[in-house]
Amino acid sequence: MELETIRSYDWGIMAPELIILGAATILSLADLLMPKKASRRYLAIFAFLGVACALVALFMQLDNGVISILADTYRFDSFSKAFKLLFLIGTGLILLLAFDDRKGERDEYRGEFYYLLLTALLGAMMMASSADMITLFVGLELLSLSSYIMAGLRKRDRQSNEAAFKYVVNGGISTAITLFGMSYIFGLTGETNLYAIQNALGDPTILQNQFLLVFAFLITFVGLSFKIATVPFQMWAPDVYHGAPIPVTAFLSVVSKAAGFVIMIRFLLVTFIAAPGVAEKPLLQEVQPYLAILAGASMIIGNLIALRQRNIKRMFAYSSIAQAGYILVPFAVISGLMFEAVWFYLLAYLFMNIGVFAIIQLVTAKSGSTDISSFAGLYRRSPWIAVCMTIFVLSLAGFPATAGFIGKFGIFMSALSTGAHYWLAGIMIATTVVSYFYYFNVIGQMFFRSEEEAGKVSIPGGVLTVTAVCVISTLVLGILPHTALEFFYNQFDLSQFFTPTK
Amino acid sequence: MNEILLSILVFSPLLAVVVLAFTPSNQEQSLKWIGLFGTLLPLVLAIITFCQFDIGSSAIQLNEKINWISFTIAHTDSNVTMPIQYELGVNGLSLVLILLTSVVAVLAAIGSFTIKGQWKSYFIFFLLMEVGMLGVFASQNLFLFFIFFEMTLIPMFFLIGRWGYENKEKAAYSFLIYNGLGSAILLIVFVVLFMKTGTLNYGELANIFANGGSGLLDSVPGETFRLSILIALLLAFGVKLPIVPLHTWMLRVHVEAPPPVVMIHSGILLKIGAYGLITFGMGFFPAEFKRIAFSIAILGVVNLLYGAFIAIVQTDVKKVLAYSSVSHMGIVLIGLAALNDAGVQGAIFQVVSHGLISALLFFLVGVLYERTGTSYLKAYSGFVKTMPLASGVLVAAGLASLGLPGMSGFISELMSFLGLFQTKPIVAAVGTLGIILTAVYMLRAVMAITYGPLSAERGKLVDLNVREMVPAYVLLALIIAIGVYPDMLGMTIKSTLDSILSGFGG
Repeated sequence: MELETIRSYDWGIMAPELIILGAATILSLADLLMPKKASRRYLAIFAFLGVACALVALFMQLDNGVISILADTYRFDSFSKAFKLLFLIGTGLILLLAFDDRKGERDEYRGEFYYLLLTALLGAMMMASSADMITLFVGLELLSLSSYIMAGLRKRDRQSNEAAFKYVVNGGISTAITLFGMSYIFGLTGETNLYAIQNALGDPTILQNQFLLVFAFLITFVGLSFKIATVPFQMWAPDVYHGAPIPVTAFLSVVSKAAGFVIMIRFLLVTFIAAPGVAEKPLLQEVQPYLAILAGASMIIGNLIALRQRNIKRMFAYSSIAQAGYILVPFAVISGLMFEAVWFYLLAYLFMNIGVFAIIQLVTAKSGSTDISSFAGLYRRSPWIAVCMTIFVLSLAGFPATAGFIGKFGIFMSALSTGAHYWLAGIMIATTVVSYFYYFNVIGQMFFRSEEEAGKVSIPGGVLTVTAVCVISTLVLGILPHTALEFFYNQFDLSQFFTPTK
Repeated sequence: MNEILLSILVFSPLLAVVVLAFTPSNQEQSLKWIGLFGTLLPLVLAIITFCQFDIGSSAIQLNEKINWISFTIAHTDSNVTMPIQYELGVNGLSLVLILLTSVVAVLAAIGSFTIKGQWKSYFIFFLLMEVGMLGVFASQNLFLFFIFFEMTLIPMFFLIGRWGYENKEKAAYSFLIYNGLGSAILLIVFVVLFMKTGTLNYGELANIFANGGSGLLDSVPGETFRLSILIALLLAFGVKLPIVPLHTWMLRVHVEAPPPVVMIHSGILLKIGAYGLITFGMGFFPAEFKRIAFSIAILGVVNLLYGAFIAIVQTDVKKVLAYSSVSHMGIVLIGLAALNDAGVQGAIFQVVSHGLISALLFFLVGVLYERTGTSYLKAYSGFVKTMPLASGVLVAAGLASLGLPGMSGFISELMSFLGLFQTKPIVAAVGTLGIILTAVYMLRAVMAITYGPLSAERGKLVDLNVREMVPAYVLLALIIAIGVYPDMLGMTIKSTLDSILSGFGG
């Protein structure tokens, strides 16, 4: 590549990524050079500032149109900015949580956590703003590899080790499957650029290989379902969520999951939008029943197994499997409402789930156990914390006046708008009612049981901020959802997503 | 002021919620009084609303409309915007139910003075539930209706689960799951309607189903579609009403919840089921409602007889009254199924009348339970000697419930059956058996409590005190007033009734 072309690129558009990269580099150097005994805790503030700067940089770019540099390997469009926003907000909140996570009090590995979190975030951001199979995959691996280490961060903790090991093995298998699917796509088209693939797949000559194409789609989808923890790659989630430190669990269940949806939508939708199916229908319509079955299975398995959990972290792990199943519904039925339904639900899910984990961190740190009974009588001890937890749980269960309800309403609208997906909507609503059992079990513990532990739960500053932000956002998005929806409609242009830059 | 009167009315209980939130939780007396004043404010506003309301007009009045949320569906050629508005408004029927709600809420708040402990959270939940109930009746948009509908669910769950009796948690979960299922069906129905028609406004929906073609829709939705939506609505509101066999949760709630909460539950919350059936079922799908009217009449008679037969053998007075509610809700269905002026009017009368009577009966059960610590009939006897006032009101309430002329129960049962005899005489004839059975179980329970020998160890029981007299006398006065001068209620609902019946062709 000529120096001239490289210099002609609008590098400023990569500012958010470059800021995160810079912050991660500085943090890793600082961690290396700092004296061994010095507390790493305050590195979190630096990491948080990095995320905040990236967020500001992103906001300053909002009005830009589609900008593509480095031969479409980096592409700034409405899709990437809408989802990068979610990643940055989520990671920022998780850093605040991590600041107050003092379990074990072993500071020696803290520094690692902060820069690994940033590199994972960088991977997720690359996944959101890349239009090339290679960079998408590199972003995915950057996120995965950083997450593997984060899951095993507590080196002397057996559960943390188990979590990391399971995560690596499952992740390796799923990556292999994803790559296998991608190799078919590359083999059929000879292209790595998503829009070039889209073009090639629309070519009538591809019709000789339609079966391979369906195969490639499903294999890639199954491989990617690991990141969002849905059937068939859901079984790692409970063990990893259980063993990993709570901020890591929150990251995996929110940011990493959102990134999984991003790559799924970006990669599969852009490339396969014009692809022909085996029969007359286009491929995306033909695979709908299979995707719907996987979404339905995730909702059923997640919600049913959650009923039997006594461990609060495992319970919310299964809950997050079910939630991912809900978010998969708009993708499976592909309607005109898909982008806003997915985006809004992920936004709502971000606040309610990080809020839940913030409170789990508080309460379990006090009681030293992650059994659900740690919540017994919480209302008597700390009424405000109990009220916040109730709001988050009600939102996850999809009750009105919370963000989760509007999110679910959007998903129902998309499921019932095109064609008759009554049974999928039916499964979703039925499993939602099933989920009341375990969500209200938490509420029952807090309000109906008498306390086993005495003493108020004290709330440190970082967690307090996270909880407050999450509660306010959950309620505002529930009562005045147009604030977020209007932002989305102003910023999001569907045509940008499907058409190449030039 | 009129432009936002309904919003103020619906959200007025929140004022007291805010005050309560900042009151120390050990100030028992002030918490109780704030709670009571919190329910008086909506009552005053409801009366103002009634004065502003033009009884002669059948239109939705005191309308409010604000654009709220709009979803955009991207299509290849153009985008379709799906707006959801915040819309309030009242007609005669919803106004009557709003008045009923605010009256029963005040009296239940007085009844709540006997609640033991945690008054602060009790009254917060209580008032939040009132917001939900008022909102349900004042909404003119299905989305808003659903939000308020669910808003009654959560506080009720807490009220049962925390302040109830022995098996309170089981009752709370049973309440939650059954009603959750009902709401789930309702939500699907609403979303389907929204996606088919592009609106959630009551009036617009009724208009689309009557005249077809507007917005997203170029033709009237098919017969099968309408019928399945109507049956889904019947199922969803059948949980709430309740229609046998969807009633088991309601028995648990009646037995386990504290008496003031049951006053609200039996007096108002069950009526949301009837309101929904009338406003949505009959209002949107009159032709299909006519088609299934016979089945509804059968369901009504089953409710009536099943509830009455089982009430006869109950040993717990709360269970007698619970089954009596099941039985009386059958009369609502019977009246609706008649599809004529007398029948539907009877059903609406029954809704209001049962709201008052069951609130009164459960209030008295609360009084008795507080003094004796039990609700078993065999533990009661001869209370007329020590509690003449309470016994007198109890007998009067029992007579009202079994339909003694001159009381509200009589007029509603009479009209419901008159209506049904006109259209489906055989079903109605079977149904009249229920009226006899009502007399049997009601008299059995009331007599067992009031007459007979006074057991010695029971000791002296204190009669109604002033605080207890207010709810008892107010409710009794209203019951007699409607019984003696039914037009008081009939005038208010007349124009609404006419517009509902016009859907059936006169």
